Amino acid sequence: MSDGTSYGFDTLQIHAGARPDSDTGARQTPIYQTTAYVFRSADHAAALFNLQEVGYIYSRLTNPTVAVLAERISTLEGGIGGVCCSSGHAAQIMALFPLMGPGLNVVSSNRLYGGTVTQFGRTIHRFGWSAKFVDTENLEEVDAAVDENTRALFCESIANPGGYITDIEALAKIADKHGLPLIVDNTSATPFLCKPIDHGATLIVHSTTKYLTGNGTVTGGAIVDSGIFDWSANDKFPSLSQPEPAYHGLKFHETFGPLAYMFHGIAVGLRDLGMTMNPQAAHYTLLGIETLSLRMKKHVENAEKVAAWLEKDPRVESVTYAGLPSSPYYDRIATVCPKGAGALFTFAVKGGYEACVKLVDSLEIFSHVANLGDTRSLIIHSASTTHRQLTPDQQRAAGADPNVVRVSIGIEDPDDLIADLDKALTAATS
Amino acid sequence: MDLPANDELSDYQYRQLLTKTKCFACVGVSANPLRPSYFVIRYLALAGYRVIPVNPAHAGKTLFGEQVVADLASIPKGAEPDIVDIFRRPKEVPAIVEEALSLFPNLIAVWMQIGIKCPEAATLARSKNVIAIQDRCPKIERQRLFGELRMAGFNTRVISSRLKI
Repeated sequence: MSDGTSYGFDTLQIHAGARPDSDTGARQTPIYQTTAYVFRSADHAAALFNLQEVGYIYSRLTNPTVAVLAERISTLEGGIGGVCCSSGHAAQIMALFPLMGPGLNVVSSNRLYGGTVTQFGRTIHRFGWSAKFVDTENLEEVDAAVDENTRALFCESIANPGGYITDIEALAKIADKHGLPLIVDNTSATPFLCKPIDHGATLIVHSTTKYLTGNGTVTGGAIVDSGIFDWSANDKFPSLSQPEPAYHGLKFHETFGPLAYMFHGIAVGLRDLGMTMNPQAAHYTLLGIETLSLRMKKHVENAEKVAAWLEKDPRVESVTYAGLPSSPYYDRIATVCPKGAGALFTFAVKGGYEACVKLVDSLEIFSHVANLGDTRSLIIHSASTTHRQLTPDQQRAAGADPNVVRVSIGIEDPDDLIADLDKALTAATS
Repeated sequence: MDLPANDELSDYQYRQLLTKTKCFACVGVSANPLRPSYFVIRYLALAGYRVIPVNPAHAGKTLFGEQVVADLASIPKGAEPDIVDIFRRPKEVPAIVEEALSLFPNLIAVWMQIGIKCPEAATLARSKNVIAIQDRCPKIERQRLFGELRMAGFNTRVISSRLKI
């Protein structure tokens, strides 16, 4: 046995978390399609329920296939551990759950996936939580938004709908100053392009539905903990630092040390919120993740080529891709995501809303879907779909103006993608 | 086994240490089932190690089949520990390590739990060819290396294509 820490990304994306099945020797991770697990004895069962031992109890909490994926993602992110759940939205609620309570808030970047703006801006109010949206280009505004009821900072590494790279380190410094965790949604970048923990992030959330699975088959989410935040440094995080009545008064952080947040995620989060990932979904995502680095290289290569072509096209008003030297965020690639700015961006079409709708309808290879991170190239008119619930101001802040379409560049032949766009732009602007 | 010069034991060295070890003495252990130290000794005892609890406040009580002793000097002959696992504040660590080194000539390691660091005691142990580990937990390391934390999605850093490692 050698130390896994020294292995490269390409090795870890295939091997981390997985071992040959001890009973059968099966090399690919089996789909453990079971709800429950037989206890060795009554004492074993009691110890598992008391959190004195780690083991499988019930698939709402843990499952061997799902656990492989959780370890795989947490290893690729350089975290201490991970919890998988049913979707990226579930991951966000589960990530906030141990930190928040009625009257408390999260200070969040306003450059977000539209669904997150709605989840944070509206839905979480029903739990008594709230979000303060800030412009992360204005660090003084971010700092000033933090108040005594703030429990976390939140941002996306490469923000959806694209074109923006967050200065994670600058936000981490503000979070550190206030003794708060920084949560980074790393969905659009994936750990191949960006390692938020290296830049000071405390927690990572993912929609595994996107690049990690990569084939548009299953929805899923994941939370990764860096394991470095001191939850007991102050009294802001009682779920982790104070006695938990449901476990006879056990204090998670005192008992589990750096593993506390993850144990809480399973033992309280999954137990009581029940946003569980199923083993079939974990299986498809495990298959996808084996080729993550290969796909991401090709996604980035294609995105750079397509974006450069669009930028020169007279029918196109502007392209937001941060991988273009003209982007104001181009310089951040070197520090935040050195292997590339991802494959998600927007472009504005001359002719506005009408032209965008026509463009989307005229494409043959690009699919008109509300998803991203597929091997297939995807397109969506955000203002009429994913960002529809937002106010015009929110749409603008998120980069989803009415004359803008978002593309998720796939791994097809880039010349075919360009030809498809060329034809559709002609149809849209003629 | 190989003797690491600092805290950075490799996973191979941790595995060797935890496989070779038969007996722990756990200094400062609590008899309260909710305390982390109780979690640790319960785990180590069930994992098959002999665990001698050391705590003057509970001397004479029995925990996991072993009588609690008041101090290291009270550990009976035949129960000399391979590892002295320390749950006491850093300032109390030097005296514990000095006593352990003088009492147990075959001691393999002194192990300070998470949150406990005492470089001076670690240096002293290493000068006597005894491994010193700081700010770590033997329960977590054993669970990590022997497949248990894997069941909960933790990053175990164990990569192997073999059926048994």
